[in-house]
Amino acid sequence: MATIAAEQPAGHRRAAAIRSAAGRVGMLVLVLAILWGLWEGYRWLWIREGWTWPFVVDSTTMPHIYDILRQLFRNPTSGAGGDILLVQLLHAAWFTAKEALVGFALGASFGFLLGVVLSQFRLLQRGLLPYVVASQTVPILAVAPIVVVYLGSLHVAPWFSVAVIASYLTFFPVAINTLRGLRSTDRRAVELMRSYAAGRLNILWKLRIPAALPYIFSALKVSATASIVGAIIGEAPSSIQDGLGGFIVNFNQYYSLAPENLWATNLIAALLGIAFFLAIVLVEAIVVRRAPEHVA
Amino acid sequence: MSVVDIKGLTKRFDGGTVALEGIDLSIEEREFISLIGPSGCGKSTLLRIIGDLIQPTKGTVQVNGKSAAQARADRDYGIVFQDAVLYDWRTVSRNISLPLELARWSRHRRAERVKEMLDLVELIGFERHYPWQLSGGMQQRVSIARALSFDPALLLMDEPFGALDEMTRERLNLELLRIWEASASTMVFVTHSIAEAVFLSTRVVVMSPRPGRISTVIPIDLPHPRTAAIREDPRFFDLVTRVREALHLGIDVDRQLAAPSREATS
Amino acid sequence: MSTAPVVVQPVPRGTLAGRVGKRMVDWVPALVVLVVVLVVWQESIEIFHIKKFLAPQPTAIASTFWADRHELLSAGWFTFQEALGGFVIGCGFALLCALVLARWRGLGRALMPYMIAASAVPIIAFAPIMNAWFNPFSKGSKMAIAAVLCFFPVLVNSLRGLTSVRPESVELMRSYGAGELETFRRVRIPTALPFIFTSLKIATVLAMIGAIVGEYFGGAFTALGVLINSRSTTFQFKEAWAGIGVACAFGIAFYLAVALVERLALRGVASTGD
Repeated sequence: MATIAAEQPAGHRRAAAIRSAAGRVGMLVLVLAILWGLWEGYRWLWIREGWTWPFVVDSTTMPHIYDILRQLFRNPTSGAGGDILLVQLLHAAWFTAKEALVGFALGASFGFLLGVVLSQFRLLQRGLLPYVVASQTVPILAVAPIVVVYLGSLHVAPWFSVAVIASYLTFFPVAINTLRGLRSTDRRAVELMRSYAAGRLNILWKLRIPAALPYIFSALKVSATASIVGAIIGEAPSSIQDGLGGFIVNFNQYYSLAPENLWATNLIAALLGIAFFLAIVLVEAIVVRRAPEHVA
Repeated sequence: MSVVDIKGLTKRFDGGTVALEGIDLSIEEREFISLIGPSGCGKSTLLRIIGDLIQPTKGTVQVNGKSAAQARADRDYGIVFQDAVLYDWRTVSRNISLPLELARWSRHRRAERVKEMLDLVELIGFERHYPWQLSGGMQQRVSIARALSFDPALLLMDEPFGALDEMTRERLNLELLRIWEASASTMVFVTHSIAEAVFLSTRVVVMSPRPGRISTVIPIDLPHPRTAAIREDPRFFDLVTRVREALHLGIDVDRQLAAPSREATS
Repeated sequence: MSTAPVVVQPVPRGTLAGRVGKRMVDWVPALVVLVVVLVVWQESIEIFHIKKFLAPQPTAIASTFWADRHELLSAGWFTFQEALGGFVIGCGFALLCALVLARWRGLGRALMPYMIAASAVPIIAFAPIMNAWFNPFSKGSKMAIAAVLCFFPVLVNSLRGLTSVRPESVELMRSYGAGELETFRRVRIPTALPFIFTSLKIATVLAMIGAIVGEYFGGAFTALGVLINSRSTTFQFKEAWAGIGVACAFGIAFYLAVALVERLALRGVASTGD
């Protein structure tokens, strides 16, 4: 049974919060250190023993992490002038992020609306739900190059084509989870609303939608990642130079000459994905207040 | 004018179960009515019909001189379930103000009323808490505060203390009587507990199952206001015994009638 | 804030049949939608004089598919093998790790935020590196991508399932003198099965995507992704769409196969999924 809230002195709570934050930072540092150690250790051992399975290890396939990080502060283009790699990558990341953001916002909005509409009209649900579900099994990213090339031939700005891909990846998970969440309300809670003579709209707005928020955010978290992935993959075939996808394609071509460039780009891409994800987690923490779980 | 007037009420569910048959009941203002009976006697169904959450098959239900549907539209009653049904995403205050928001009260008026309600159920200080931070008894008090927030003439309660321990239950019984006095409302209270029914009510309606029927109505002439000491009064025990006998009578009659046919659930 | 349902899909209750309807007539609206969409697609290209080479009609795609079916199906099979291999490796490894982390729950709880963060990484961006590690023309390079893509979602969801047991159930087992292994067998694994299957179904999609998209960065000429990519860059859209159709067909078949296994394994238990 839930415990009765106890009021702790404010000072104690603040100290406890600082301790837990410090603990989390410490944990992060530890994990990063361990990963670094594993990487270098694997590299050292494989080179020393000359093992070739699963793949040959040398300074091309597995550069030192130190070299990768150092490369960020070098200018990858030969010749003077131009920014260091890190700055270029950050610009590219921002470019990609904008595409993903536009796509995510569009996809999430329409997905949410579709979910709400489907929850209210049973006939529409019957007609559309099988396709909404089937679309989740379709390898949507496979369509990315076609969409970009095709829309390009219609004179649509390349960045928008990429945003379209991101929105598609967001749309269906959000629609499905919105529908699930809206349908998940407790029968008793609906009875209560009816006892207040609440109309359909009020029940939707004050009960079903707030109850659906955990489901919706679950989909948003997955979609945020998918939007970034969609944006990067979308940029690749059309070689949109300004985004991370373009950089990946370029550095891929010259991988054997400067492998650190590609690794550095992937590092920034990884951080971008995590940042997007954490942004949603942060919004969720503010918006969604629910009971903590009791599980073993 | 009675607050609740039921004549010839019958409810048959799809599938043939007769939940209620030929119910006649009249509830006056400021009464405290308990509905008690074994499982399947239709007491919860009766409560929901009064609240227009279920439609009767035959008969009439008048609440506050209007049809049940109109009474619901006019928000003439509040309802409390066994499960508090509080919204996890709203604080205690916002849970209580929910019906007021739906009735389009101004923010100022809502805030005032929430404060009054919290005072009534003695939960001042818990405005910003979330439901899961409260104990079961506290959650039910919030549920009661919410049900009374818009000053309904009638309060319907479906085994509200059923999930709580005995001591909390007895304490909340006293609370409820105090709230009843203070709010001057009429109570219809469904319960499984004979002692609770006798302790709280002005009249106890004993129901029997299959089909759901009122077998007896027992007036409780214990003095008001009731105190904990009443539970030890010999008159209290007499009344409890009377109710118990009425319940057994109802079940025995039912067994005789139902001998050839199979047990049905309702 | 709990790390509760994060990238875990909420375990859905009820099947697609449950929500659309079990009678044939309930599926009529869906059929109507399909027919209407196909007809509108076909006709609007005629009516609005959209260049056929840009937006092919369904009939054109179908006939192209039929004409090229041998090439398309064998390419699809090649790519499917990559996806399947990656699926098996990635999911297998993930389940193993989930079991280990469920046994040492403290470690699991500490690492959970990192695993969740890892599944937010656009792993597909590592496809070019996989091609550098392994021979891009081999199936192995794409299997590697598919495996990594499957790994984290399956790990996170399976671990969630294994550790979402009610404390009372564990206490009950302890009262019977059951050890960790018994508790695993009788309580944790059955509880986890719906979560595991949900994540496996997601993994089928991820594996297919990994294989196909990985091929966009370089792959054997007999692979579906390479085929689609080359057709679309040379503006042969009919052929490209036909290839996409094949990819979808393999993807759906893969998903349904896992769903079928799930139905059999969870007989009597609340089944998941759509």
